[in-house]
Amino acid sequence: MCRIGAIKSRKYIHPSKALLLMRSQQKGHDNSGFAMVMQDLGGIFKDYKELPILSMACTDEGLNIADNILAEEGFVRAMQWSPETNPDPKLIIENMPHYIFQVLQYPKAFKYASRQEKEELLVNTRLRLRKALEVDEEGYVYSFWPDVITLKEIGDPKDIGTYFGLWEESENFTAKIITAQCRQNTNYDIVRYAAHPFFLQGYTSLVNGENTFYERNKLFQQSLFDGYIGFESDSQCFLYTLHYLNKVLKWPLNYYKHTITPLPHEEITQRHDKTVLLKIKESLTHLEINGPNTIIGVLPDGTLFTCCDSKKLRPVVIGYTDDTVVITSEVTGINEILPERNWENDIYPHERETVVINNDLRVEQWQQ
Amino acid sequence: MATIKINEISKDELLWQIEYNSDRCTLCGKCVAACPFNAIEASVEKRRKVINEDSTPAPKVKFQTVPVIKQNINIKNFCRGCGICEKVCPNESIKPVRNTDEKFAMKVRAYTGDSYKRGGRNNLHTMPRALDKIKIGRISQMTDPSLDAQRHTFEMLAPFGRVLPPEQLPLTELNGQLELSKNLPPVRWIYPIILGDMSIGALSGRMWEALAIATAYMNEELGIPIRMCSGEGGMPVRLMKSRYLKYMILQIASGHFGWNRIINTMPEMTEDPAGILIKIGQGAKPGDGGLLQAKKVARHIQEIRGVPKADLLSPPNHQGLYSIEESVQKMFLSMNAAFKFRVPVAIKVSASVTSISVYNNLLRDPYNIVGGFFLDGIFGGTGAAHEISLNHTGHPILSKLRDCYLAAVHQGKQGQIPLWAAGGLGMNGNLAADAFKMMCLGANGVFTGKLLLQIAGCVGNDHGKCNACNTGLCPVGICTQNPVLVKRLDIDKVAENIVNYFIATDQEIKKLMAPIGNSSLPIGRSDALVTIDSSIAEKLQIQYAC
Ligand code: SF4
Ligand code: SF4
Repeated sequence: MCRIGAIKSRKYIHPSKALLLMRSQQKGHDNSGFAMVMQDLGGIFKDYKELPILSMACTDEGLNIADNILAEEGFVRAMQWSPETNPDPKLIIENMPHYIFQVLQYPKAFKYASRQEKEELLVNTRLRLRKALEVDEEGYVYSFWPDVITLKEIGDPKDIGTYFGLWEESENFTAKIITAQCRQNTNYDIVRYAAHPFFLQGYTSLVNGENTFYERNKLFQQSLFDGYIGFESDSQCFLYTLHYLNKVLKWPLNYYKHTITPLPHEEITQRHDKTVLLKIKESLTHLEINGPNTIIGVLPDGTLFTCCDSKKLRPVVIGYTDDTVVITSEVTGINEILPERNWENDIYPHERETVVINNDLRVEQWQQ
Repeated sequence: MATIKINEISKDELLWQIEYNSDRCTLCGKCVAACPFNAIEASVEKRRKVINEDSTPAPKVKFQTVPVIKQNINIKNFCRGCGICEKVCPNESIKPVRNTDEKFAMKVRAYTGDSYKRGGRNNLHTMPRALDKIKIGRISQMTDPSLDAQRHTFEMLAPFGRVLPPEQLPLTELNGQLELSKNLPPVRWIYPIILGDMSIGALSGRMWEALAIATAYMNEELGIPIRMCSGEGGMPVRLMKSRYLKYMILQIASGHFGWNRIINTMPEMTEDPAGILIKIGQGAKPGDGGLLQAKKVARHIQEIRGVPKADLLSPPNHQGLYSIEESVQKMFLSMNAAFKFRVPVAIKVSASVTSISVYNNLLRDPYNIVGGFFLDGIFGGTGAAHEISLNHTGHPILSKLRDCYLAAVHQGKQGQIPLWAAGGLGMNGNLAADAFKMMCLGANGVFTGKLLLQIAGCVGNDHGKCNACNTGLCPVGICTQNPVLVKRLDIDKVAENIVNYFIATDQEIKKLMAPIGNSSLPIGRSDALVTIDSSIAEKLQIQYAC
């Protein structure tokens, strides 16, 4: 089981915190990668909140291909940053030649475009880049969205940290929300795209466990939205369902849990909102999950949440202080980065609960 | 040289030959009394016997006339191999033996100039079923925990009714809560197995009643929300006025039999029925109408159906409907309107090469009034049919069900018109395994008929045993209206056996859900299946394993 974690803070935090959070939970034997998504960026990205950032790992040729496509679409580079790397043959990492974080100006033609048009442009451009780079495996595009950076690599998480110099705190590279995963015991091919967190149009999710309803989730989702592609990991389904409900259908977050783990019929029929819940259960039965999973998600507005499958077959815990909240698989991780918190306030959510952290860091426990 | 009459039917041409042992027979007469087909009778034979009446050996030959039981040899009173004589014989002196050299049906055609009719089902395709070559091969081992079939709770419910996609739900948001602003098509969540659809004319009143009792019992005492479909031919008025109507799916077929009474009873109904099933075709004799032979049209059947004693033929198609659009607009609308859009209306068709087109078309139905697509495959049974239909028409259910599911997936509309499949499920005695595999392939649920008769005591099989359902002389009282024969069936026992069978089936389905780690039905979980046959794997898009 992979360990997953998320940190949300009032202050800008450095990814070293995420590494610390995850490292202490490291078990298993393959430890095949590390991945993180940073949202609400500080440091050098702080002044570009409105502009899309491309997160990409690629070869020289990949860089060319991407540059050409971006130019063709009319994007203009505003800023580019690449992490300083520390190559060392002793490190266990399958690194790519380039790691690019590029801030881009929207094409001129989009000057007066609506938000939705811009959002569509970003998704379509990312899909186009991905497709072009996939042909000869010249690169990987993880996200292309304002105020978001994604880094994924194959290797030992500790060494990945060393390679990117992530162990040393720096004010240049920070964010208020960081979600991260240390991959352990990967059951399928070790593929970069398959590493969580997954990101789509402001939505992030990371999940552990097996999605035993993967097949039906996937078959249903693939016709819902152009961006629902890949399916390299059965956990991508959780992101697509979140995006579909909240972004496409515009349903409030509390219906996420009702969709993926609907209440038993008997219970629904006792409730005052039974007509709505029954219809949701009927309509979206193909988005139901059956565990074992824990999900951590981030919404475009920065809301962080977690919930589990209806049998709670995977652990998760939430610990917090006044200015930081941490959600992760095992409490050792929280002990590592929030040792001074009042652990009596830790929350171990049950199988019918969604724990939500809003932007004031208020921790709410929603019962399904 | 003795002459023989070659052109008369002879014993070696019959399907079944009676093996009789006069040494054991005590001439109690039970077999003759029990055989409903008059296939055996009391007779006499001249016998040569060597006897000795002295104290020293002095054998004498004596000719005697002895009473025996003899098989009738004609095309009317022929032995069906039902084995009832064997069952009643206290001395094991009589039994039917299959004649592998038989030419019976051919002879009947040659003698009568009429097509050969019988009941039962396809007797040509009794080779191993594709379903039996499929196993549940995706077992939770370490990647995710198996469940405990005894301890965990499982939700086993399937939709009956039109399911709308989320974007068509009239939802509005108010303070973070969604509200529904309009009434929507009715959807009932029921047990994923429907007892189906055998009419009260095809079955004896007792058999039908036993099914209804079992249905009510499972709902009210066991919490198994199973539904039963009436079959074409209406229902007893008493049942329609009772609260049990809510467990019944009313069927309307091309003959519209029984609907006069249903409509007349509507004002007195206290509950809505569970649903309406429009029958277009059935698996056992696709493209053929219903057939209830006059000998089965007893008084109470005449009453329920409102017909005289005559052969009752439902036409092969619904009169006045010549296209899918028509059927959707006329038939579905009027059936939906009949119960003011409160009762879901589904359609049942024979599995056919064209099923996908029909399903595709219905999925695009703009009125959202098609509440289920029932597909019936070639292994389904029937009360009476021309043998040529039974043996040579129809389509296997497995690939057709899968094709329909994948067609819906292709349209992004899976689950919107629930798929229910049947046709020989439970043929090998285990309905749970068949139902489970069908669900993994995309069925929302299954329906079953013939299996129920087997549970009730039907002695027939798919190898030409009995198959006399069309004669009105069912030897066990299941599908006859003959007052003497129906008494052979113990209603309460039949109901009890059916209930027991479903308690076991319920347990067994859980025994399959648990190891794949699912607490709700595995609809579309084709990833859980493997097959040892690569062509099946390719066709059904499941994993090949060897
Ligand atoms: S097997 Fe059935 S049909 Fe044949 S003689 Fe015996 S009772 Fe009659
Ligand atoms: S026992 Fe009755 S139901 Fe069974 S095959 Fe014979 S006639 Fe038909």
